[in-house]
Amino acid sequence: MENTITYKSPKIDTSKIVLSINDAGKTVESIQRKEKIGHIASTVLTYIIIGFLALLVIFPFYWMIITSLKNNTEIIQDQQTFFPSIVMWTNYVYVFNSFKFTTFLTNTVVVAFFSTLGTLITTILAAYAFARLEFKGRDAVFMIFLMTMMIPGEMMVISNYITVASFGWIGTKQTYTQAYLAMIVPFVVSVFYIYLLRQNFKQIPNELYLAAKVDGKSDWSFLWKVMVPLAAPTLISITILKFMGTWNSYVWPNLVTSNESYRLISNGLRGSAFTDSDTGRTSYGYQMAGTVLVTVPLFLLFVIFRKYIMRGVGRAGIKG
Amino acid sequence: MDNTATQKASVTAVNDFFMERPDYNEGYDEQTNTVIRLCSPKKDKKQKAYKVTGIDDVASKNNWKAWLYLAPALILVVIFLIYPLVNTIFISFLSDYSYVDGTYSGFTFNNFGMILGLTTYNGVYETNFVQYAIPNTFFIVFVTVPLSTLIALLISVALNSIKWFQKFLQTVFFLPYVTNTIAVGMVFSVLFDQSGVINYIFNIDTIWIYGSTQWVAMVPLCIYIVWSSLPFKILIFLSGLQGIDKQYYQAARVDAASRSKILWRVTVPLMSPQILYIIITSFIGAFKEYTAVVGLFNGPGTMNGEHNMYTIVYYIYENLSKQTSFAAAAAVFLFLIILVFTFVQLGVSKKRVYY
Repeated sequence: MENTITYKSPKIDTSKIVLSINDAGKTVESIQRKEKIGHIASTVLTYIIIGFLALLVIFPFYWMIITSLKNNTEIIQDQQTFFPSIVMWTNYVYVFNSFKFTTFLTNTVVVAFFSTLGTLITTILAAYAFARLEFKGRDAVFMIFLMTMMIPGEMMVISNYITVASFGWIGTKQTYTQAYLAMIVPFVVSVFYIYLLRQNFKQIPNELYLAAKVDGKSDWSFLWKVMVPLAAPTLISITILKFMGTWNSYVWPNLVTSNESYRLISNGLRGSAFTDSDTGRTSYGYQMAGTVLVTVPLFLLFVIFRKYIMRGVGRAGIKG
Repeated sequence: MDNTATQKASVTAVNDFFMERPDYNEGYDEQTNTVIRLCSPKKDKKQKAYKVTGIDDVASKNNWKAWLYLAPALILVVIFLIYPLVNTIFISFLSDYSYVDGTYSGFTFNNFGMILGLTTYNGVYETNFVQYAIPNTFFIVFVTVPLSTLIALLISVALNSIKWFQKFLQTVFFLPYVTNTIAVGMVFSVLFDQSGVINYIFNIDTIWIYGSTQWVAMVPLCIYIVWSSLPFKILIFLSGLQGIDKQYYQAARVDAASRSKILWRVTVPLMSPQILYIIITSFIGAFKEYTAVVGLFNGPGTMNGEHNMYTIVYYIYENLSKQTSFAAAAAVFLFLIILVFTFVQLGVSKKRVYY
């Protein structure tokens, strides 16, 4: 079979073709200069955009602080001011006296301390078992642990509430100890931290373990004398994140405490009325002074432990 | 002699050693520095009678002691994580369940029908869940997740490209992470107050929070959720960006690719594992939104007695002690939604993620 190829030349109006070279008539210097200007312009633009976004991000904090220092008429007047005309330190005095800040703070610190301590103990022991010891069913148990991470915590809250109630820790005659137990015990285990620490323990070379064995050290003393000091950065991250978690916890303490004076800082903040005694309305000045008092300790923690916090939070993403 | 030949020779030598002394089942090969253990040849006759193992294998075999180490965590996980899961699913199928004494009158699907507004309980419909909780939650998910992911991606690309103040700006963008959700929610409700600064700057008189309608109130809520979810995303994206090989960008520059083309054709595909991780986790997070609503509105509605700001999780917590079975049914519903979404996203990602 024969193929016939017909070729039609496209109709091009040659009079309309303009040949050009983009860089014609330019010297190397002028091109470089142009590129440099473009680079500077884009850098400046990036800084302007990112600076603007950074201002948007910190604006709520700025507003919180200046509102906490304004008096009530200035807050609700039509002309909003970006700096308090009269600095009202008395807002803080009022909040310290009426909002039971010290009670909530004590509760939060006690709950945070014991739940962090408990979490550290269970996490270290379990991570050691998963990382170093060998026993039948280790991988199966570890898989089950990991699977529980996928289940939303809200599924657990309902039954945990019932469980804690059946322990007799919830009720109208709740004591301080019972309230603390109810707030601490369900949270002294964290599968995620076990996973995190296990990965860290796994990186510690086997030779150390064998050397310790040769020296006649038991598993127990190897864990506390070698493994724990070597994993200190991860343990610090866990401690801080756990503390921050308690500081921010709202739902569970709200559910299981019957008396306002057992509650934690977030509950106290949201539950307090901050009413102005003159007008009977909510005083934003008092309210914001309260939020400043709740936010500042976290900021201090962040300033001191920035490295550990950011690494601890970031660790979660690197695994993926 | 080359290396493998040496190894073969030495293994044969050790093998001979075992043949001579059948009561020994372990030996040490000095040349290759490995422990050699004789395995039972009965298990698989095709396999050789010896196995070369590393030194790790002789490390501890503490069977029962290991369980002691695991015990505290295991007991707590069983009581507070695994049992509740089973129990919650169980409760969601019980009728007239009372958590105080644990009584119930029978098994039913009515709880699911109830929350979905299909059936009645004592002749009354429960409309809050379908009318408010589901639409609100889905709206929050489909508005805040794409928006915050996109903004976070752009911010981290910009942060990655600058030299001065990078660390400082990174810290600034991380600040919303280290705050109390309730406290800052209260700050946002002051910002969006009718006589607040937002209305002042834009010269409007909108009622955003108290006394507002459902969809208007969604605006400050979504802005707050986006604001508070940025830091985590930026942190993850930045660590991803810093891991990208510079060669890709050099190649793109040689090809004279434009900046936006580099972003969408080079950076985003190379970041796909991080983007997928962020999208899945923030989808799950947005489905469970609750504290932001409490912080902003101090209740489930924009007015006293209203429930128009309900989210699924808010519904669960509100009904926990009043209608435990409804709350359990809502929790199971949430669990299923999250499961389906996660699997769908993992399925999509198989085609779209370039590792």
